[in-house]
Amino acid sequence: MSTIEIRKITKKFGEFVAVRDADLKVEAGEVVCLLGPSGCGKTTTLRMIAGLERATSGDVIIAGQRMNELAPDKRDIAMVFQFYALYPALTVGENIAMPLHYEGLSAAEQQARVKKVADILHLGDVLDRLPGRISEGEKQRVAVARAIVRDPNCFLFDEPLSRLDVELRHSMRGQIKGVLSNLSKATVIVTHDQLEALTMADRIAIMRDGLIEQVGSPHDVFAKPANLFVGSFIGTPQMNLISANFKSYNNGKAKVTFDKQDVDIGVNHAVAKLKPGQITVGIRPRAFSVVGKDTKDTIEAVSELIEPMGAETLIHARTKTGNDIRVVVPRDKRVKIGETLHLVPDPAQTHIFGEDGKAVRA
Amino acid sequence: MSQSSSFLERIGFFKSGNVGESGWGRTLGVGLISLFYFLPVLFIIFTSLKPQDMALSVPPTLSPTSLFGLIPDHYVFTPTLENFSSVFSRSMTSGGAPEPTGFDRYFFNSIVIASTSVFLALIIGTLAAYGFSRYPLKGNDTYLFIILTTRMLPAIVVIIPVILMFRVVGLSGSYIGIILLYTAFNLAFTIWMMKSFFDELSTDVEDAARIDGSSETKVFLKICLPQVIAGLAATFVFGLILTWNEFLFALLLTGPDTRTVPVAMNQAVSSGGRGTDWTLLASIETLFLIPVFLVTFFLQDHLLRGVTFGTVKR
Repeated sequence: MSTIEIRKITKKFGEFVAVRDADLKVEAGEVVCLLGPSGCGKTTTLRMIAGLERATSGDVIIAGQRMNELAPDKRDIAMVFQFYALYPALTVGENIAMPLHYEGLSAAEQQARVKKVADILHLGDVLDRLPGRISEGEKQRVAVARAIVRDPNCFLFDEPLSRLDVELRHSMRGQIKGVLSNLSKATVIVTHDQLEALTMADRIAIMRDGLIEQVGSPHDVFAKPANLFVGSFIGTPQMNLISANFKSYNNGKAKVTFDKQDVDIGVNHAVAKLKPGQITVGIRPRAFSVVGKDTKDTIEAVSELIEPMGAETLIHARTKTGNDIRVVVPRDKRVKIGETLHLVPDPAQTHIFGEDGKAVRA
Repeated sequence: MSQSSSFLERIGFFKSGNVGESGWGRTLGVGLISLFYFLPVLFIIFTSLKPQDMALSVPPTLSPTSLFGLIPDHYVFTPTLENFSSVFSRSMTSGGAPEPTGFDRYFFNSIVIASTSVFLALIIGTLAAYGFSRYPLKGNDTYLFIILTTRMLPAIVVIIPVILMFRVVGLSGSYIGIILLYTAFNLAFTIWMMKSFFDELSTDVEDAARIDGSSETKVFLKICLPQVIAGLAATFVFGLILTWNEFLFALLLTGPDTRTVPVAMNQAVSSGGRGTDWTLLASIETLFLIPVFLVTFFLQDHLLRGVTFGTVKR
């Protein structure tokens, strides 16, 4: 079976720990995105799976076999690199045929396979050109073609779309997803672009400072962030994180104080377990409703900057004591600069993070 | 550019839009400055074509042709190839019969010694540079620095121990001795040049080859080397020019059989007690220019990319 598993994998470069005790299992046919800011260890993790980097400790298991000591070419994997890594002296066709050449396939067989993937990825017209003479989008497709031309155990992608412009990225995302869904292999994609991860992945592993912070479906990591980092990292515009003082919980409402305002906000019932103390309230910009008047459960803020985003409008507002709050309202909701907004957060989308930064959930 | 380009196009004279970008004025300005820099070489070439008695005439003769009457007659000389034949054979005493001068041998020596040592340095140095770039040692930079220190002393300081060593080992006057010495001198430069070229390469391509199934040898030969051809060309030309023109070590460490042209040139001109024979000197220099000129000319496309490597975004 084509699966990838890493167990308690750690990579140290001298004193620096790039990856710490990472655990992850990718099933056959599943696409897992390693998502995180730059320098979080996601590429190092991928390179350890590929065998380009040796794990300091822990195990890499591909298709049920421990592969720690095996050279990259013995692992039966295919990898797409961030900068495509095409062989500059070879034509596009030869580039795609290279893995087959090393497999020792006959020239005719190589030709047939190259033609097949070239058709899938619309590269038929450029097979005779050198990589330096084709567009970025084509280079990207050649890199993908070179990976899928073989029938490897699994696929690894390192920031596959980061060099493309927005429009191309959009269409390539769909193409890669389409190609992968037909192959039913375990696939790991490294990216720092959450939109890429959310759209392409079956599951997302969010990394920070060498640690995997949360693994979950795109829906889960957005709707149920495990901690402050995931909450703030996933979602645009960023989640509002407001430090507050938790007083008590009563019947679905938490009594909290922030900015010298006492507010009752709707939360989930797990908050009942929480002891009074310092917490962080996380509310997504789209989770506010703007109401007409000040009540017990509203947050007051004055709008300072208005950014129309097309279908919606992003408002940067400031509370009395200077906390920034981002609010997204529908486009037909007119807000003026300097207007006082009364905001009611949606209880289902309000996240309470305890003092340790972990989300409080049922 | 089309395949059937004229000679002028091939040497880059009409390269796409050069003139269009900067205009004729600037192009002409640069042309004049280039001509000014080229004057010494032109002067030597013209002198080599002059009859012996015109070499130092005042006013000087300036041109082998009158350029359709543009240049007054007393500035024009009649070109002759006599000087070139006297490079290889001339009478050593006044009125004596012509004797071979041995310069064919010296040219052969120069070509063999310079090309062998530069090639050797290129092979060893490129391998070393790849090692320094891809498999850094503990204290990598220190080793590189130490390698560079071999070129920090002026040749004259190094020469005495080298002469002593060569005496003891019996390498003085042999081909192997001077070739080894030049190889050693070119190595430092080659390693530094080639390391910077290897450093610039994206290691992703090498990793991709490893995943595809390349051995480390293939990664080096098939993936890395083709990408640094420009660097190899540039290093080769620079090394060749340095070695080709080297005088001091050749003077002290080559024997009669292994003498190189710069040394022989010095002896040909200063011997005989008849004063300096300028036209003969100019002819030897002109002949001496040709090999380096040709090599540089044929490698110039690579050379240009070589010296500007890394300064442009890939």
